[in-house]
Amino acid sequence: MKRNNKNIMKIHKKRKWGYIGLVYISPWIIGFLVFQFYPIVASLIYSFTDFDMMGNANFVALKNYIYMFTKDRDFYNSLKVTFLYVFYAVPLKLAFALAVAMILNARLKAINIFRTVYYLPSIFGGSVATALLWRFLFMREGAMNNLLAVFGLPDAGWLSSPKLALFTLSLLTVWQFGSSMVLFLAGLQQIPGELYEAAKIDGASRIRTFFKITIPLLSPIIFFNMVMQTVNSFQEFTGAFVITNRGPLNSTYLYVMKLYYEGFQYFKMGYACALSWILFAIIITVTLIAFKTSKSWVFYTSGGGR
Amino acid sequence: MKKKVYIKKFIQYTFLIILGLVIIYPLLWLFFSSFKVDNEEIFGSLNLIPAKWTLDGYINGFKGSGQYGFDLFFLNTFILVVPTVFFTIISSTIVAYGFARFEFPLKKILFSLMLATLMLPNAVVIIPRYILFNYFKWIDTYYPFIVPAAFAGSAFFVFMMVQFLRGIPIELDESAKIDGCNSFVILLRILLPLCKPALFSMGIFQFIWTWNDFFNPMIFINSTYKFTVSLALRMTQDTATIVIWNQVLAMSVLTLVPCIFIFFISQKYFVEGIATTGLKA
Repeated sequence: MKRNNKNIMKIHKKRKWGYIGLVYISPWIIGFLVFQFYPIVASLIYSFTDFDMMGNANFVALKNYIYMFTKDRDFYNSLKVTFLYVFYAVPLKLAFALAVAMILNARLKAINIFRTVYYLPSIFGGSVATALLWRFLFMREGAMNNLLAVFGLPDAGWLSSPKLALFTLSLLTVWQFGSSMVLFLAGLQQIPGELYEAAKIDGASRIRTFFKITIPLLSPIIFFNMVMQTVNSFQEFTGAFVITNRGPLNSTYLYVMKLYYEGFQYFKMGYACALSWILFAIIITVTLIAFKTSKSWVFYTSGGGR
Repeated sequence: MKKKVYIKKFIQYTFLIILGLVIIYPLLWLFFSSFKVDNEEIFGSLNLIPAKWTLDGYINGFKGSGQYGFDLFFLNTFILVVPTVFFTIISSTIVAYGFARFEFPLKKILFSLMLATLMLPNAVVIIPRYILFNYFKWIDTYYPFIVPAAFAGSAFFVFMMVQFLRGIPIELDESAKIDGCNSFVILLRILLPLCKPALFSMGIFQFIWTWNDFFNPMIFINSTYKFTVSLALRMTQDTATIVIWNQVLAMSVLTLVPCIFIFFISQKYFVEGIATTGLKA
C-alpha cells in the first residue's frame, strides 16, 4: 500500500516535471497566436473584403480573386516573371554550388581559405548594398559594359532589356551560393572513398561515377537545397526592387513586389491579402509536387540523409 | 608520376584562384571605386585601383544628402538589431529547452506547428501584421522587430536550438535533478555552458539577417530619422537626380563592414551553423 502510494507520487512528480515544459514554451505559444496564427486567419478574412487601411472593410466574397484571374493583367505578368526567376535562379545556383563544392572536396591545402572567399558574398544576403553593387556593375555605364567594350561588344542592356533584366537579377542570387555549397561539401565528405575506388577499379568513367555515385548519394541534400531555394526565390523582393524596380516593360515585376505595391502603395489591403494567399498556395503546391516526385530520385541511406 | 601530380595540383589551384577572383571581383570593385574621385573616373576608367585615392565619398556620404547623416542611421540600426538579437537568443533557448527536455500533452502537435511556420511566407502575414502593429501604435517604432523576437518569433532558431540540445546527453540533467536542482538551474548551470557554439551561431545569423533586412523596415518604419542603414542606402537612389556614386558605394562598404567583421571572427560557428541545421538563403 505504502509502496503503491510512493509509485503514484513518483508518477505525479514526473508528470508535474513534464508540465513545466509548457511554462518554457509559453512565450512561443503567445508569439505564435499573436504574430502568426492571428495574422494568417486575418489575412484569409481580409482577402474576401475590400479593406483599404482607412477602416472600411466590406465583404466582397470572391471578387478579389475573380478580379485577379480575369481582369488584372499585371497578375499574370507577375506570375510569369516570378516563375521565370525561379527557373533561372534555382538550377543555376545549385549547379554552381555543387560544382564548386566538388572542386573544394579535392584534398588540397588551404582549402579553408578558398571556402571562406567563396562564401563571403553569401553573408550579405538580400542586403541593399549588394543590390546597389549589382545595379552599379550592370548599369549602362557600368563595369560589365565597359568590359564588353574592351572586346568590341555593344551594350548588352543587362538591366534595360526586357529579355535580359530578370536574368541579370537572378545572377545576384547565384553569386550568393555559399550556404548551398557548404551543405553540398558536408554531404560530399560523407560519401565513403571506397565507393570511388571500387568504381575506378571497375573502370568506370568520371562522368559515370558522378551520375551513379555522387548524385544518388547526394540526392537528399540536393533535394533539400532545391526546396529551400525554390521557396526563397518565390519570395524574392529586395534585389529586384532596388536594382530595376518593375523593370523595362514590367519584366522584373516580381510577385511579392506586386503584393507590396497593391498593399502599401495603392492601399488595396484586401486585394493584397488575396494575392498573398495565391502565392502561399503556389508555394505549397510546388513543395508538395517536389516531395511527391522526390520518391523516385532521392535516396535515403540508413542514417545518411537528413 | 610525381610530376603529373604536381601538374594536376597546379591546374586545380589555378582554377580555384581564378574562380575566387571572379567571385570576389564585384566586392573589390565596390571597395576601390568608393575611393575614386568622381563618376567620370568610376565609369570612364577600367582600372580597378583609383588613380588618386580620396576619402570624399566617405566624408560626404556620411554627412548624408538631407537633414540626417549616416551616424544616425547606423545608431538606429544598432538600436534595432541589438535587442532583437538579444531577445532572440534568450527566447529561442528557453522555448527550445521546453521542447527538447519535457514531455507534456500536445507536444508533438505544437512542435509540428512550429516547424510549419518555417514554411510560411512572410508575404502572407505582412499585411495583417501591419494592421495589428498599427493598432498597437507600433508603426514607426522598432517594436515590430523586438517584441516578436522576445516571443521566439523565429522558428528557425528554436529548431536549431532543439537540435543542439538533443545532442546533449539527458543523463546530465537527470543527475542534476537528483542533486535537487530545479529545471531552470539545470538550464542555466548545466546546459547553457554546453550550448555556447549554438548560441553564437544564433547570434551571428540573427545579427546579419536583421542588419541586412530591407523589406520589414521599409514596411514598418516611415520617418527618415528612424531609418536603418538599408533604408538610408535605398534612399540615396531616389532623392538625388544625379547619383554621386562614390558616396553611395562608400556607404555600401560601411554597411557591409559589420557583417564582414563578424564573419571573419566567427567563421567556425558560421560553417557549423549551416552544416548542423542545414539551412537558409
